[in-house]
Amino acid sequence: MESEDPEMEREDAEDEREDAEDEREDEEDERRRLKLVEAITALRGGRKKPLGERSEAAVRVSEFAVTAEGERQKVQLSDLIEGAQQSPAVPTQTRKQLQNLSRSQKTVEQPLSRQESERVQRDLAFQKAAVHVSRWKSVVTQNRRSEQLVFPLNQEPSGPKPLEKVVTGWRVQTPLEQEVFNLLSANKQPIHDPVLSPAEEASLRAMSLEEAQIRRAELQKARALQSYYEAKARRERKIKSKKYHRVQNKARRKEFLKQFDQMVKTDPNGALEELNKMELARMKERMSLKHQNSGKWARSKAIMAKYDEGARRAMQQQLELNKDLTQKVRSSLSNQEEQEDGASDPELLPDFVNDAEPGQVSSNPWMRGELSAEPAEAQRSEQEVAAPAAEKEQHEEEEEKADEEEALLRDFESRRKLRQKEEEEQEAAVQDVEDSDEEEGPADQDQEEEGLSEFRSLFRGVAEGLKEAAAAASSAGCSSAPLEGGLIRIRTVEDAELLPPEDVELLPCSESPPSAPQEEAPPTGQKARGNKKRKRNIELKEVLTKDAKTVTVPLAPTLTDTADGSDEELDQRGLIMEAFAGDDVIADFLRDKRKQEDAAKPKVVDLTLPGWGEWGGQGLKPSSRKRRRFRVKVAPAEPRKDQRLPGVIISEQRNGSLSAHQVSALPFPFENHAQFESAVRTPLGRTWNTERTVKKLTMPKVLTQLGTIIQPMTEEELARKKASAAGAGKEDPHKTKDQKRRARKGRHSQKI
Amino acid sequence: MKVKVLSRNPDDYIRETKLDIQRVPRNYDPTLHPFEVAREYTRALNATKLERVFAKPFLASLDGHRDGVNCLAKHTTSLSTLLSGSCDGEVKVWNLSKRECVRTLQAHEGFVRGMVVRFCGTSFFTTVFTGLDHHQKEGVFATCGQQVDIWDEQRSSPIRSFTWGVDSFSSVSFNPVETELLGSCASDRSIVLYDMRESAPLKKVIMTMRSNTLCWNPMEAYYFTCANEDYNLYTYDMRYLEKPLVVHMDHVSAVLDVDYSPTGQEFVSASFDKTIRIFPKDAGHSREVYHTKRMQHVICIKWSADSKYILSGSDEMNIRLWKANAAEKLGVLAPREREAANYSQKLKEKFQNHPQIRRIARHRHLPKSIYHQTKELRVMKDARRRKEMNVRKHSKPGAVPVVSEKEKHVVTVVK
Repeated sequence: MESEDPEMEREDAEDEREDAEDEREDEEDERRRLKLVEAITALRGGRKKPLGERSEAAVRVSEFAVTAEGERQKVQLSDLIEGAQQSPAVPTQTRKQLQNLSRSQKTVEQPLSRQESERVQRDLAFQKAAVHVSRWKSVVTQNRRSEQLVFPLNQEPSGPKPLEKVVTGWRVQTPLEQEVFNLLSANKQPIHDPVLSPAEEASLRAMSLEEAQIRRAELQKARALQSYYEAKARRERKIKSKKYHRVQNKARRKEFLKQFDQMVKTDPNGALEELNKMELARMKERMSLKHQNSGKWARSKAIMAKYDEGARRAMQQQLELNKDLTQKVRSSLSNQEEQEDGASDPELLPDFVNDAEPGQVSSNPWMRGELSAEPAEAQRSEQEVAAPAAEKEQHEEEEEKADEEEALLRDFESRRKLRQKEEEEQEAAVQDVEDSDEEEGPADQDQEEEGLSEFRSLFRGVAEGLKEAAAAASSAGCSSAPLEGGLIRIRTVEDAELLPPEDVELLPCSESPPSAPQEEAPPTGQKARGNKKRKRNIELKEVLTKDAKTVTVPLAPTLTDTADGSDEELDQRGLIMEAFAGDDVIADFLRDKRKQEDAAKPKVVDLTLPGWGEWGGQGLKPSSRKRRRFRVKVAPAEPRKDQRLPGVIISEQRNGSLSAHQVSALPFPFENHAQFESAVRTPLGRTWNTERTVKKLTMPKVLTQLGTIIQPMTEEELARKKASAAGAGKEDPHKTKDQKRRARKGRHSQKI
Repeated sequence: MKVKVLSRNPDDYIRETKLDIQRVPRNYDPTLHPFEVAREYTRALNATKLERVFAKPFLASLDGHRDGVNCLAKHTTSLSTLLSGSCDGEVKVWNLSKRECVRTLQAHEGFVRGMVVRFCGTSFFTTVFTGLDHHQKEGVFATCGQQVDIWDEQRSSPIRSFTWGVDSFSSVSFNPVETELLGSCASDRSIVLYDMRESAPLKKVIMTMRSNTLCWNPMEAYYFTCANEDYNLYTYDMRYLEKPLVVHMDHVSAVLDVDYSPTGQEFVSASFDKTIRIFPKDAGHSREVYHTKRMQHVICIKWSADSKYILSGSDEMNIRLWKANAAEKLGVLAPREREAANYSQKLKEKFQNHPQIRRIARHRHLPKSIYHQTKELRVMKDARRRKEMNVRKHSKPGAVPVVSEKEKHVVTVVK
C-alpha cells in the first residue's frame, strides 16, 4: 500500500478489485447456504424465532435488532468493526487499538445515572464559575488595602477638558469629514495633535540628539575651565607676599572702576547695585579708624616722621589711601545727579544718604519709616554743625513754602512707586505676549533708570532742605518735641493729628496720601522749579487738582496726655492691688508643698495598750519604757523628687479618677503595647502638624460625591486595574484608551 | 554694615482684610507641646458626644399605601425616584425630593411580590412570583417561584429554567458585577447559585434555617450576604460555601431583607423585630440601629444609589427615609466644615478603644421589648455554651468537638 511507484499502486488496486468480486460471490453463496439451513431448522420447529436481518430504513430502530452473521449469535464487537479493519481510510494505529479491544473480554461499564451525570455537570460548572470569578481577587484586595476609595469609580474630572481629549473623543461622521480625514491620514498629517506631523517629530528627535552631544561637549569644556580657574585661584591665595597682594588689590580696584563705567552704560541696574555697595564700603571706611593715622603703627611713624623720610612717606600713603577709599565714586550716574543738583556740593551731603534705600526693605513697613523721618530735632545738633551759615540764611527765606512742597514731593514719591510697579507689571505682560518687544526692553529700562537717578538726586536735595529747615526752626526757638517717642508709624491724617503740634507743622494736612512715607521734606524753591524743567516732570497743577484719598483706619492713639495717663495708671494699679490684696500666691504654694511633704513623711506607730500588764485608768499613763518598746519605727522615706525643685510639687500617688479613661486591654489590630502607644501618641490636629500632613492624616476612608449614582463595579475597572498594575511606563496609552472608551460610554448613556 | 532691629514684620501677623482668617504662627516642635495626647483625647470625647447629640437619622415618612409595603425598587438612573408595591397590588411612584407620590397604578390583584427597574430606567417590572431581578446590562430577567426562570424580555416563555428538588424559592438576585451569576434562596433552607449560561445550577448550601433574601456585594464580585430566619445574617464567599465568612448578629427576630450600600462597605438589614440595622461588611455586630415607635415589621429595605440614604418599607403601610450616617450633615459642606468633620472622624477612630469614648459611641436607645429580648437571647446563648462546655468537660477528650459559630449554621453543601 505504501509503494511509491504509481504503476505499482495501480496494479495493487486492480488486484483488490478482483479480490472484492471474488468475495462478493463467496458471500452470496454463504447467504444462500444459511437460508437453506434456516429453512431446514424451521421445518424442525425451533424454539425461538431468530432476529431477522434489518433490511429497511425505519424511524425507530432498536439497537438490539442488529444481527450477527449467523443465527443465534450475539453481536460481537468484531462484527461491528470488521469494515474498519479493511478500509484503507482507517489509520493503522486505530486499527491496532481496535484489535486490542476485540481481544479484551471485559464488559463495558454502565453509563452514569441521570442524577449523577447532572451532579458532575454541576460540579464542573461551579469550578468554572469559581475560577472565572476569582479574577476579581486582585481588585478586591487592592480596594481593601487602599487608603482612600473614591466613588463613583469611573469618575470623569469636572471642569474644562484639554483640547486633545475632546478631539480624540470626536468621530468622523459626515462624508465630507471622512474624505478630509482620509486625505490627512494618507499624507501622514496629524489628526489629533495639530502641532507637529510625524515627519516633523522624527526630524526633531534627530536634532535633539545632535544638540545633546553639542551641549555635552560644552559642559565638559566648562567644567575643565572651572577646574583650571580654581587651581589658579588656590595657587594665588597661597602667595604670602604683601606687596604682591597690595599691587593686586590696586589693579583690581582700578579695573573695577573701569568696568563700572562700562557697566553704567550697559547694565544700569547692576551699576546701581555696585554703586550701593561702594557707598556702603565708603561708609564703613569713614566710620572706622583704619587708615586714619591714629593706630599704634601710625603714632610710632608720626614720632619717626621728623627724622625719617620713609616714615613720612608711609604716613602720606596711608592718608592718601584713606582719601581714596572715602572718596565718592564718580561715575556717569553720579555725574548726572550732580548736574541736576546744580549748586549742591557733594561734600556737604547729609547723613541722610546713610539711610537704607526704600526699595531694599519695602517688605517691612516698620523699616519704611526711615531714620531721617524721625522728628527732625533728633538730628538737629549735627546739622547745625554741618550746615554752613550762608546757605542757612538762604533756606530760611524759603521756609514758608516748605510745607506745601513737602507734601507735593511725598505725592511724587508715592506716584513714582506706583508707576514703577505698573511699569514692571506691564513689562512682564509685554514680555509674555510679544517676543519682538524684548529688544526694546533694555532701552526702556535705561530711560527709566535715568528718571530714577533724577529722582534720587531730587530727594537728596529735599532731605537737605528738610534738615536745614529743621535747624532753622530750632534756632528760631520752636518748642521741642519729646525725643523718647521713638518710631511712630503714621498711616493717616488722623494719625498725624495725634502727633505733637511740632510734627504736624512739618507734615502736610490735606494732600498727603495715606500710604506716603514721611521721609521727604520740603525742597528749596529753586529745586522745585528745576524739577519742572526735567524730562519726566510732574505738573504741579495737575497734581494739586487731584484729591488725595483718605482711608480711615481706627487705631489706638499712640500718645496720650501724660498727666492724665499717669493718673489713670495709678488708679489701675491701685485697683489691682486692692483686688488682690490678700493674695500671696507664692506663700500659698509653699504652704501647700510643706503640707504635702509632711503628709508623705512616714509616721511613728504607737502600739502601746494602756492598762495592759499594768494599772490603767484616769490620770495614769503607760510607762515610758513600755511606750518606747511598743513604738514601731518606720524606715525613713526616700528623698522626695521635688526636694530640689522649689517651684514644683511632684505627687506620686495614683489618681483613681483617671483609670476610667484609660485603655485596660490591648485592642485588636495591635500586636504589642508599643505599637498602640505610638499610634495614640501621633497627633492628628493642625496644632501639631503642618497643613499638608493634617490633610493627609484626616483623609476620609471613603469619598462619595453628593447626588451621584454609584454604579456597581464593571469589567472596565478590572481592565483598568490590570493596566495600571502592568507597568508604569506603558500605563499612559492604556489609560487614555480606557478613558476614551469610558467617555464614549458616558455620552451614550446620557443619550439614552 | 547691618543694623539689627528688634521688630516683627506686621505682614507676618496682620491680616489684610477682616474676612481673612487669623494668622496663627505655629511652632511644631513636639517638645513644646507636651499635652497633645490629652488635648486630642478631650477633642475626641467632645466629638463623640456631639455625634450622639446630632444623630437624628429619621428624615421623612411617605404614606399613601392602603396595605403593607411589600417591595421597593430603586430607580436606576434617577436618585429622587422610588417605586413601591404593596400587598393590595398597588404600585406607587414617589418623588423623594418632594416627598410625594407621583403616580399610582393598580398592578395586580394580589400581592406585588417583586419589582425591579430596568437598567436603562425607562421601564419597570412587577411580579406575582415570589422574586424578581433584572440583568445588569441585557434585556434578561429572572423570576422565582416553584423554579428559577430566566426570561428574555422579547419572549413569552422562559429561555431557561432551573430546578433542583421540588422546593419553592423565596428570592432571586443577579450578581451586579459578574452579571451572568445568580443566587436564590429556597424554602428547603438552602441557598442555590446559578450561572445563566449553564444548563444546571452550580451549588447549593443548606443551612439550619431558611434564608429570606440574598444580596450581592456590588464592589466585590464573589461576596454575598443573606438574611436568615435565625435572626442572623451571613456573608459568604461564593467559591467557599462550606462556612460563612462572617456571621452578623444583633437582630432579635427573623431578618427579612438586606441591601448593600453602593460603595460595598456596609449593608442594611430589615427585620421582623421592627428595627433596621446597619452592619459594616466585615463586622459581626451592627454599627447602628434605627427604629421608631410607629414602625412595625420592616418588610423591605433599600440603600439609595448615592449611598447617603436608606429607605424602608414596613407593615404599617409607610415608607421611611433615613440617613445612612445618623449624625452626618446633609448638603454641601464648606471646606472648613468638611475638614473639621474629617478631623473629628479620625479622632473618633483613633480613640475608639478608650472606654469612655467607646461607651458613648455605642450607646443607643432601644425599645423596651428589643432590649429585653436581647438580654434574654444573651442569657440563652450563655446557657447553651455553658452546657456544651460542661458536656465537653465530662466526656472523653475529642468526643465533643468545638464547633465554631460560623460552622454551626451550615448543615451541608450539595454539589
